[in-house]
Amino acid sequence: MSNKPYVREVSKTTWFLNPQQPRYKRYMAREVTCIFIGAYTFLLIVALKRLAEGPDAFQGFLNALHSPLGVLFNLAALVAAVYHSTSWFNVTPQAMPIQRGEEFVPGNIIVGAHYAVWAVVSLIILILGI
Amino acid sequence: MSERQIQLEVLRYDPETDSEPRFQSYAVPCKNEWVVLDALNYVKENLDTTLSYRWSCHMAVCGSCGMMINGEPKLSCKAFIREYSDKIRVEPLANFPIERDLVTVVEDFIAKLTRVKPYLIPKEDKPISAGEFKQTPAELMKYKQYTLCINCMLCYAACPEYALVPDFIGPAAIALAHRYNQDSRDGGRDQRQEVIATDEGVWECSFVGACSEVCPKHVDPAGALQQVKVASTIDWYKEHLMPWVKK
Repeated sequence: MSNKPYVREVSKTTWFLNPQQPRYKRYMAREVTCIFIGAYTFLLIVALKRLAEGPDAFQGFLNALHSPLGVLFNLAALVAAVYHSTSWFNVTPQAMPIQRGEEFVPGNIIVGAHYAVWAVVSLIILILGI
Repeated sequence: MSERQIQLEVLRYDPETDSEPRFQSYAVPCKNEWVVLDALNYVKENLDTTLSYRWSCHMAVCGSCGMMINGEPKLSCKAFIREYSDKIRVEPLANFPIERDLVTVVEDFIAKLTRVKPYLIPKEDKPISAGEFKQTPAELMKYKQYTLCINCMLCYAACPEYALVPDFIGPAAIALAHRYNQDSRDGGRDQRQEVIATDEGVWECSFVGACSEVCPKHVDPAGALQQVKVASTIDWYKEHLMPWVKK
């Protein structure tokens, strides 16, 4: 090793803006969507609190949900949750490969199974909700 | 035989005279079947003998000629000129200090590779007279993909975690640790876990997945790291919730 190696600094705050690496932006998009997931979880906790406070409080909460801001947030959270979930579903074959004998189960079957379970769970919640 | 003139912009750095790297452009007449390494060899032989870079096999086996080609980590022996425009920018592998020109300082990777004990640690000593360790094709398949790693370090150049946290053990070293952990003949997992199931091991990885996208041998180090996370999490639950269950 020479006694003067040159170190190229990487910005700690703007590294993902590297124009030659669009995959970093895709990664950040996936990570940022979790803010909406977290915010929606917080919203559900608030809903529980309002429910515990009585019918009037809960009605007020429902009214707030129907406001333009409430609808907008729900739409944004839905888009973020779908992007978050699908981006994770699509990498499950890497994290959870299934070996059968000398072969690995094709990745699209593992991904497909996640979508299938998602659909079934959504359907059950829909039926229970009606 | 068709020929095409390209501009090869190479990042140069001479530690004896330069305070920082600078680009130098070479006009190279390239044949259709050439790869970027051929163009570099042309420069070295015909235009500028002072250019330094590493290479050996010219067939994507030795893992020496990794560099950034138009900002993407690539083996220069596998990057065909015909797939690029007339201007190609070549830089040393990102995330490693530059030794000289396209040559990087790789001691950090070598040290990390050594730490994960990338070799068989047999479960028990067996005299040679007892015969070989046998393995079924299914047992081989479990880890075969990870044996294809050629230590080219493209995955480290692609990994933003390694760029930001230099202590991160990194993709290739952990994928190789996983390769031996998955081997039915091996008994060294506990020793390797002390290195890879740590904050600077798999838990530094946030699954950007860039390592697997740039891997020239389709090793999928990102997959290996996630599998180590899953196995380590199961270990933790076993240890804390079911201490009577042996690992």
